[in-house]
Amino acid sequence: MTFCLLYAHSAQKELTQTPLLKIWVPGMGSSLGQRRGSSRPQFTNCPTMIVMVGLPARGKTYISKKLTRYLNWIGVPTQVFNLGQYRREVVETYKNYEFFRPDNEEALKIHRACASNALKDIANYFTKEQGQVAVFDATNTTRERRGVIISFAKERDYKVFFIESVCDDPEIIEANIMQVKLSSPDYENYDKEAALVDFLKRIDCYKMSYVPLDEEKDRHLSFIKIFNVGSRYLVNCVQDHIQSRIVYYLMNIHVTPRSIYLSRHGESELNLLGRIGGDSGLSSQGQKYAKALAEFIRVQAIKNLKVWTSHMKRTIQTAEALGVPYEQWKALNEIDAGVCEEMMYEEIQATHPEEFALRDQDKYRYRYPKGESYEDLVHRLEPVIMELERQENVLVICHQAVMRCLLAYFLDKSADDLPHLKCPLHTVLKLTPLAYGCKVESFYLNIQAVNTHRDRPTNVNIARKTEEALQTVPEHL
Amino acid sequence: MNATEDSTEQSGNSLTRELTQNPLKKIWVPSSTNGLPDRHISQRKVCMTNCPTLIVTVGLPARGKTYISKKLTRYLNWIDVPTKEFNVGQYRRECVKIYKSFEFFRPDNEEGLKIRKQCALAALNDVRQFLTDEGGQVAVFDATNTTRERRETILRFAEQNGFKVFFVESVCEDPDVIAENIVQVKLGSPDYTHCNTEEAVADFMKRIKCYENSYQPLDEELDRDLSFIKIIDVGRRYLVNRVQDHIQSRIVYYLMNIHITPRSIYLCRHGESDLNIKGRIGGDSGLSARGKEFAKSLGQFIQSQNIHDLKVWTSQMKRTIQTAEAVGVPYEQWKALNEIDAGVCEELTYEEIQQRYPLEFALRDQDKYRYRYPKGESYEDLVQRLEPVIMELERQENVLVICHQAVMRCLLAYFLDKTAEELPYLKCPLHTVLKLTPMAYGCKVESVCLNVDAVNTHRDRPSNIDVSRLPEEALLTVPDHH
Repeated sequence: MTFCLLYAHSAQKELTQTPLLKIWVPGMGSSLGQRRGSSRPQFTNCPTMIVMVGLPARGKTYISKKLTRYLNWIGVPTQVFNLGQYRREVVETYKNYEFFRPDNEEALKIHRACASNALKDIANYFTKEQGQVAVFDATNTTRERRGVIISFAKERDYKVFFIESVCDDPEIIEANIMQVKLSSPDYENYDKEAALVDFLKRIDCYKMSYVPLDEEKDRHLSFIKIFNVGSRYLVNCVQDHIQSRIVYYLMNIHVTPRSIYLSRHGESELNLLGRIGGDSGLSSQGQKYAKALAEFIRVQAIKNLKVWTSHMKRTIQTAEALGVPYEQWKALNEIDAGVCEEMMYEEIQATHPEEFALRDQDKYRYRYPKGESYEDLVHRLEPVIMELERQENVLVICHQAVMRCLLAYFLDKSADDLPHLKCPLHTVLKLTPLAYGCKVESFYLNIQAVNTHRDRPTNVNIARKTEEALQTVPEHL
Repeated sequence: MNATEDSTEQSGNSLTRELTQNPLKKIWVPSSTNGLPDRHISQRKVCMTNCPTLIVTVGLPARGKTYISKKLTRYLNWIDVPTKEFNVGQYRRECVKIYKSFEFFRPDNEEGLKIRKQCALAALNDVRQFLTDEGGQVAVFDATNTTRERRETILRFAEQNGFKVFFVESVCEDPDVIAENIVQVKLGSPDYTHCNTEEAVADFMKRIKCYENSYQPLDEELDRDLSFIKIIDVGRRYLVNRVQDHIQSRIVYYLMNIHITPRSIYLCRHGESDLNIKGRIGGDSGLSARGKEFAKSLGQFIQSQNIHDLKVWTSQMKRTIQTAEAVGVPYEQWKALNEIDAGVCEELTYEEIQQRYPLEFALRDQDKYRYRYPKGESYEDLVQRLEPVIMELERQENVLVICHQAVMRCLLAYFLDKTAEELPYLKCPLHTVLKLTPMAYGCKVESVCLNVDAVNTHRDRPSNIDVSRLPEEALLTVPDHH
């Protein structure tokens, strides 16, 4: 009975559509609708601690950073807590591997203190900074250490998911060390040979006490064990949606060297007219670009290049000039501007001045009426990112807003920066994974094109004058 | 300036190749000068795999192999990967008309072994035909395949034919789970029609024993070059080895998300909307008076069902949210559950569509699944958009999904294994709740009509779907409205 009475009002409550996100909510009072994520529920009920496990140089930090980048991109606030960094703050200068000897009491004390500080910061991140996932990046090679973390999490009702990286291939380990350890602040004053020797001794310090996660003994823990950079995985007790997504992501990434090329379609007829969206063909400059792109690709001599386009005429026309097979992805279509499709910014200001201002206020979350937001775009592009992770050399011919979203993923740009990233026409970006990040090379193919980048104007107030709103509109015919 | 040097002869003309938009799917394709489709046409779908894949189940009897085979097949077909399962037990039943007892499976039964091997080979032959001649992409070879020797045979077969192999092994020692399996699916098997429950269970347990001694599970070391997933204790733990490509990755993800905990999924549409009454499609209108009544009834119905830990999902359109509000429990909004986008036809009546876009209207009747509205979507697009919803439905337990006609058809087709041809014509009337409960190898459906009147929004395929048909012929099956 109470159940019915409590909610008897709700049927009468009128729904209103929030102006920015275009989400329907009941007029007043608390909404029963959970709107954590704008276009899809995130399904995270309580904070999750991801705990890395593994000897040094097994890719823990690589995985931590990459996973964090991915989770933040899909809208799950995540942060890495790297124990090595805490240690570097306490111990100003690194001398040598002796610091890591298991009988070094002084060092052990410091380690424990650092771990404790890191855990404190994690608790703070969850309770005060609205964090949802914390990645605790440390060796965590003993059952004792993992026990401490599990107790800590249990006290506070955090979920725990372990990611263990196991690797005994000496080539991979040496490559790791070369890629990321030699340039660490620890080895500023070492030459390469000496650094390598010292680091290998460091690994030995951990080996003696290393107790890997065990199928039997740890059968109640939630974890994934990654063997030899992904040739095999052991997955135990996945508890919820986010852990399932994390496992799927980890099983799709690889470390094979490759490059991803991002480019927009050639200049289109509508681009020339300063109109957004639509499905027009290439202008004559755009066609020139397509030819130039073909030549560029030929000169790059890329092994086994895959080419992807959207379903829109302008990207397909661009790909056609390359003379190689390509795949069309509907998910790569440009952002749907809804009622503003094919309008010029001047027209949008004239017919929908309030919408135009709202967009400038929060360009990431703003959804066009009957259209999409950048936030929606990111969710739509997630399968594209997942497949890009699986693939090797790929050229993606897409659109301005789409390219901004993809770029933000690779370059770890925040939701605030994303919609303002510069992705000019007739420019190819070559992204090559390097160490913990991504090298970017920009190639402008020397074919003139209009500028389609509109900066955020100074006045974003709804009450602003027309000139103020149109201040930053790029030129067009 | 020419394009790539090593490209095909088409590259020379590539810029003079005009693009035309295929009228049904609205896909831009190059049209060649002689009017024939070009050879190196762009792939219109995402490439799942370069060559056909043979999925091979491994495991003792009553470990869920057939359950997994059927479910996986259903999922792959729904996401448009032509898949078929080949159950060796069925081949055996066709060969040995009457099952006598477990003795047939004794490892020293020469006659039995011969027949079983023949059946396996016959099944593999049909697999070859499906994958090579019939356009199949994935074949699921459902048998115990418990010996390394048998698996070797299959690997050789696959290699000869250019198929990739992916093993799915189910390992389970929990006696409760095994007993439940036997009760759920073995007792009803044709093998045991003449037995009573006790006899059947006793016989089946002896059958399992016949396999146990020669069982060689997939091994981390010995089988390290094979691609496989070992599912342990119904999903408590997984061992995944050497995933080769996209489709195997999707299969692993799917297998890791399904569970067998009993639960029910409730599907219904929003209450009748103002646009429904006017016979207009799409849009984002609110509930009519009757729609609001339905919402109230739905709330009462849900309450009366006493569902444990029910999750409620809606789309982001006003009418589903208004409906959920009346149910009175927290709900999650999914943009992916929004109704199919009818593009330029949004908010039109069928009469208006016929009047303004008679060609489009006819094309839609010709292939309702693949037809894409101009600047809109197709059912095929909808399925792709709904895949994450299905994945999450698999993870969840009791869920009520309040959605829309086309969306509900897609979800229903997944659960009831309907083809792309049937999907767009599934009946999903307003004010009716479908309760789906997984059972044995399929899904039990209970339809609950909440007794609140509503317009009919179901338009059957008319007899004349030709572009040159008369308006009356086109509008023959349009349901009544204001």
